[in-house]
Amino acid sequence: MVNPKQQTETAHAGSREFLTFTLGKEEYGIDILKVQEIRGYDIVTSIANTPAFIKGVINLRGVIVPIVDMRIKFNLGNVEYNEFTVVIILNVVERVVGIVVDSVSDVVALNSEQIRSAPNFSSRLDTQFIMGLGALDERMLILVDIEKLMTSREMELVDEVSA
Amino acid sequence: MSIDMSQFYQIFFEEAEEHLAEMERLLLSLDIDHPGDEDLNAIFRAAHSIKGGSGTFGFSDVAEVTHVLESLLDKLRKGELAIRKEMIDSFLRTMDVIKLQLAAHRGEGERDEEAEKAICRELEAFSEPEEPSGNIELTLQPGEHDALLERLKEIGKVDIVEHAEQGPWRIRIETPQSESMVREMLEFFLSPDAFTLSGGEEEAYGFFEPAQEDVAYGFFEPVQEEEAYGFFEPQQEAPQQPPEKTREEAQPSQKTTHKQASQGETIRVSVEKVDQLINLVGELVITEAMLAQTTAGLDAAAFETLQASLAQLERNTRDLQESVMSIRMMPISFVFSRFPRLVRDLAGKLDKQVELITEGENTELDKGLIERIADPLTHLVRNSLDHGIEPISKRIAADKDPVGKIRLRAFHRGGNIVVEVSDDGAGLNRKKILEKAASRGLAVHEGMPDQEVWQLIFEAGFSTAEVVTDVSGRGVGMDVVKRNIHELGGRIEIDSVEGEGTRISISLPLTLAILDGMSIGVSDQTLIIPLNCIVETLQPQKSEIKSVGGEKRLLGVRGEFVPLIVLHEVFNLPPKAQDIEQGVAVIVEVDSRKTALIVDDLLGQHQVVIKSLESNYRKVHGISGATIMGDGRVALILDVGELLAA
Repeated sequence: MVNPKQQTETAHAGSREFLTFTLGKEEYGIDILKVQEIRGYDIVTSIANTPAFIKGVINLRGVIVPIVDMRIKFNLGNVEYNEFTVVIILNVVERVVGIVVDSVSDVVALNSEQIRSAPNFSSRLDTQFIMGLGALDERMLILVDIEKLMTSREMELVDEVSA
Repeated sequence: MSIDMSQFYQIFFEEAEEHLAEMERLLLSLDIDHPGDEDLNAIFRAAHSIKGGSGTFGFSDVAEVTHVLESLLDKLRKGELAIRKEMIDSFLRTMDVIKLQLAAHRGEGERDEEAEKAICRELEAFSEPEEPSGNIELTLQPGEHDALLERLKEIGKVDIVEHAEQGPWRIRIETPQSESMVREMLEFFLSPDAFTLSGGEEEAYGFFEPAQEDVAYGFFEPVQEEEAYGFFEPQQEAPQQPPEKTREEAQPSQKTTHKQASQGETIRVSVEKVDQLINLVGELVITEAMLAQTTAGLDAAAFETLQASLAQLERNTRDLQESVMSIRMMPISFVFSRFPRLVRDLAGKLDKQVELITEGENTELDKGLIERIADPLTHLVRNSLDHGIEPISKRIAADKDPVGKIRLRAFHRGGNIVVEVSDDGAGLNRKKILEKAASRGLAVHEGMPDQEVWQLIFEAGFSTAEVVTDVSGRGVGMDVVKRNIHELGGRIEIDSVEGEGTRISISLPLTLAILDGMSIGVSDQTLIIPLNCIVETLQPQKSEIKSVGGEKRLLGVRGEFVPLIVLHEVFNLPPKAQDIEQGVAVIVEVDSRKTALIVDDLLGQHQVVIKSLESNYRKVHGISGATIMGDGRVALILDVGELLAA
């Protein structure tokens, strides 16, 4: 899953870049290389008989893209849709998926010392999807293995759970 | 590297397929009595190209077979050998063998080495009178040649004609190997001037003459005259005799002259790139529509130039879309071209006389459709040949031309492509179909209109053939044909007059990517129902809605009760109207089963571009895909078959 380019970058600079976003009061980070673009929340066509967190599909320049509301999925933040609602379009395992978050903060570079392994704790977000915790001054980032999460059975986005 | 190679393989395979198809076409249209040089050359070139390509890519088995084929073709085009009907048959079979080999190299099957050897022998046999590799005369200089003789025995029967003490050896070898092969082998053992070889080939002979003069000319001459010359004469004559007339008549002739589709320059582009282009243009069209919508409200006087430019943009986009869509279009001759061979083979097998007429081969169809229409069409043509066209005796008895006609026709009608398969055979037997249907427990009655009776043959397991042949008649098929056509978004219709023939017409959308749909409103959602499964729409009356067992509901439509599905219930949407009769009933039919779908509104009829929902999401029950409406929103397309099955 780790692409070679990413590996070299890690080896050279010893750091990786993460896009950070907030869900409620928590701050999350995802691998910047998985992010295709960030856009506003648009009209979504809902799909019948799907869980509430799957908002439906949108037309992204001719491609039908499913939209997942992470706030509903993890029961965080205020679920409302206005002009400030942000959708992060991800590119994971050759699929395009959009996630709705409270807000996008910035892009940070973390080197390996700044990434701690996540303690085993129970949360709505299974620890198997957490790559680690990033410490950045006062901030603590929850680093999510977004690829693994998006293709997991839990998200109900794929027919077969890919390896 | 390996990836690069496989890319080239793909090109080779594609080209080889094209060459084979070309050869087949040429062979089938070849006039055996007066073969045109042009055609023979073209056939030769095709074989040569395959051989060259397969050699380059190391497909030695393909190269071997094509080499044999090529040598024979070379003789034919040089006029050294007259073409015979059996040769055409062998050539066709050779092409089947090569196809199998190519498929094996693609990893799609197994090659049949036995067949390969058999076909090579068969081909070589044709050229034998000219190249009697069967008998090779060999003269060796005096000396010990035990090792060589051992080796020679491996390739054939070795006959020592003359071997005097201290004198030269004269050996006759009977071998299937060609003379040049034997020479190559000998050169391995001996220097080229230490032996002479003669296989009777003229060039070779002339070349060897001086050598023979000083070694063995003296006693070679009488032998060759006696044995070889006398032996060859009658055989050479044989091919000039007219080929068996009876079989030739049975062969279907082709009326239409295949004009090569324009020979302009082409480039190979992957379908993926084209599809990407089509997608982007589709986007452009939608964006353009959005622009038009937003500017529509502007003051026409103040924004005159803007409006004019937009109108210009619209025209340009439409043109662009049209030309981009046309990239995917291919002439239907790609499918039609396989039928002359099929009809020829089948007619021979069934002992019928059939003439195949094709019309409108240049009608263009989407590439995806072309690939998927081939099987159903093949089935229909087989059916026509097997069940439609009567045996010769019956045709004569019915005062018909003993040669049956099967007509393949493609043309545009409205926004659709129509492909017709018609024959002048016996036609469908209404009585037999009704009997069969009744015996299978289908709801039929004597008063059914013809159209409905004919549709019965599309029921699974339905066959009225008196004898089940290996060609057709097992009743698997027509239902599959209908399903395939339906999957392509097409319709199939039958016209038949007993004793005069049957015509089956398939009407298909222009492209797979576009669907004719009816947009409907359910709650706040817009959904698309494919138009090809809609029978009618009507306003349901309260009195016509009946319930069965308190739950299952039926809708009475002119005396017929059809099950009723309320769409907002299926999709768990808040209903707009509480009562069914406030909605609209859309009667759909899939696999001859009618169902009424209750929707809130009928919005309109569109051609929609089908987008996959699964590429980024997953399969949704009852939904076959999605499309983007004029306002940029996504609308889901109903999978009616799946909805009904639930």
